[in-house]
Amino acid sequence: MIKMLRRRLVDLAVVLFGVSILTFAFIRLIPGDAVAIMLGANAEVTPERIEAVRERLGLHLPFYQQYFVWLRDVFTGDFGVSIWTGRPVIEEIAGHVWPTLQLTVLALALAVVLAIPLGILMAQLRGRRAEAFVQAASVIGLTVPPFWLGILMILCLSMVAPHLQLLGYVPFSKDPLGNIARLLLPAIAVSLPILANLARLLRSTLLEAMQQDYIRTARAKGVSRRGLLYRHALRNALIPFVTSVGIMAGYLLGGAIVIEQVFAIPGLGRLILGAIAERNYPLLQATILLVTLSFVLVNLIVDLLYAVIDPRAAK
Amino acid sequence: MAEHADNSPRPATGPGALMRYFLGKSVLFNIAAALVALQAVVALCAPLLAPYDPLYQDILQRMKGPSAAHWLGTDQFGRDVLARIIYGLRASLGISASAVVLALLVGGTLGLAAAYYRGIVDRIIMRVMDVFFAFPVMLLAIGVIATLGPGALSTAIAIAIVYSPIFARLLRGPALVIVESDYVTAARSIGASDARIIFLHMLPNLASVVVVQFSLLLSSAILVEASLSFLGLGTQPPVPSLGMMLSEGRAFLFLSPWAAVFSGLAILIVAFGLNLFGDALRDDLDPRLRQAPS
Repeated sequence: MIKMLRRRLVDLAVVLFGVSILTFAFIRLIPGDAVAIMLGANAEVTPERIEAVRERLGLHLPFYQQYFVWLRDVFTGDFGVSIWTGRPVIEEIAGHVWPTLQLTVLALALAVVLAIPLGILMAQLRGRRAEAFVQAASVIGLTVPPFWLGILMILCLSMVAPHLQLLGYVPFSKDPLGNIARLLLPAIAVSLPILANLARLLRSTLLEAMQQDYIRTARAKGVSRRGLLYRHALRNALIPFVTSVGIMAGYLLGGAIVIEQVFAIPGLGRLILGAIAERNYPLLQATILLVTLSFVLVNLIVDLLYAVIDPRAAK
Repeated sequence: MAEHADNSPRPATGPGALMRYFLGKSVLFNIAAALVALQAVVALCAPLLAPYDPLYQDILQRMKGPSAAHWLGTDQFGRDVLARIIYGLRASLGISASAVVLALLVGGTLGLAAAYYRGIVDRIIMRVMDVFFAFPVMLLAIGVIATLGPGALSTAIAIAIVYSPIFARLLRGPALVIVESDYVTAARSIGASDARIIFLHMLPNLASVVVVQFSLLLSSAILVEASLSFLGLGTQPPVPSLGMMLSEGRAFLFLSPWAAVFSGLAILIVAFGLNLFGDALRDDLDPRLRQAPS
């Protein structure tokens, strides 16, 4: 376990180093003078102003020095200031992170809770006539665009119940019920592809597990079909399932960015799109870095959990 | 040729063989294949199939529902929704397919090279791929587009960058097994160059993996492309794209939902067909699961 942890941490350090270089290079890769582009066709753009911003961003230093200055700042929690408001970008991110985080967690919970019974059901249909239908339905779930599903839900619900408030966001602390009620539809929309993915994965790992020798042994001992499936196969099939949940978190985040536009939720999606529209590159850079960092950490935690569940993986 | 028994393998050529091939497959496989073929025809023959110019604005016929003249209705500028969907599908498939081809070329080559040379080359390539894997897909794509500027070309490049590591990882595994095989050793012993071995001996043996993954990744590329153009980062107006039509239609949802509803449906059908096809193909090529006791 300790050995595995150490190896994972070394891997993590290498990956994070790469991520930091890539995110750092991002502003520098913009063709032309990034600062002039950032300031745009603003009447007040003077050479002095450009020089001041270059100075502030440290762009007058050599490339590698810029990187180390930036990295040092990041380690001390200084992610730079927003080009337009002059506020630290970390504050702007903190103001937008909660809706997205809540949406992602809610959607992931929905997907996981529903995927387990659904996956079992799909495995039990193996060889039946209904299998092809369920398989096709699961592919629909996998490929339905969440933003379209969200729009359809808004359209249908507003016809059935026009007085219902579906859009926007209220903080949980202000109106807990309204908060959940408004996040429910977008969470369902983004969780559907993840649900289909996890259920399909569980189905195939269950079917694979049912072919293993320990199942044959259990069957020979006279364990019932239900017992085989629930007590023996499911436990083993859940192991790859857990790993997938971590990976799915990243996909969910992508879906959340898009669905936020549909349901007018002021989350990271709006922040990112706003930053692109305003060419607020320091803000965009910090958002990408922080989100990727948390994504990497989530996957590390999932890997460690995996090792706890399955001691074979800890070797 | 009476002694030519029916069960003996015959060379699979001609339309008869092709028909027998499809008749031997499941219904689902055939539905998927038909859907994929239909998409290809619609995309390739868009100018012949579209009933109107997708950019032609008939202001008097704005936001109309489906009718005999406009099968899927018209949008907020009086443009024919069906024509725009046909051209949008052509654009979406074109962007996504070129992105996945590019990802296959770059990622596939890297994965094969990693498996072939192993050692330090393998370690460096796969570590770099790990770095790209660390980013959530949409976030990396958005970052690339922010750097290059919004547009169809940037979208294709962004999707290619996101999918290259997937191909690298997918091909490296089976390629590691193939490198050990006798025919690679034989090729090496007669002095074949590295590139010759990688592309002419190893790649053809990975064809089934490549075909299945190409179909599955194209399906998800369609969804990523639609998401990006829905966010306004992909194809720019007035050129039709499915994601953008959906986002434009959203503004007029309660006046006329047709453009939004049908363009989303088109995205679903395209992605569904490709995914089902890849899935059916995988089941067909990998018979392991079929032997499962019922």
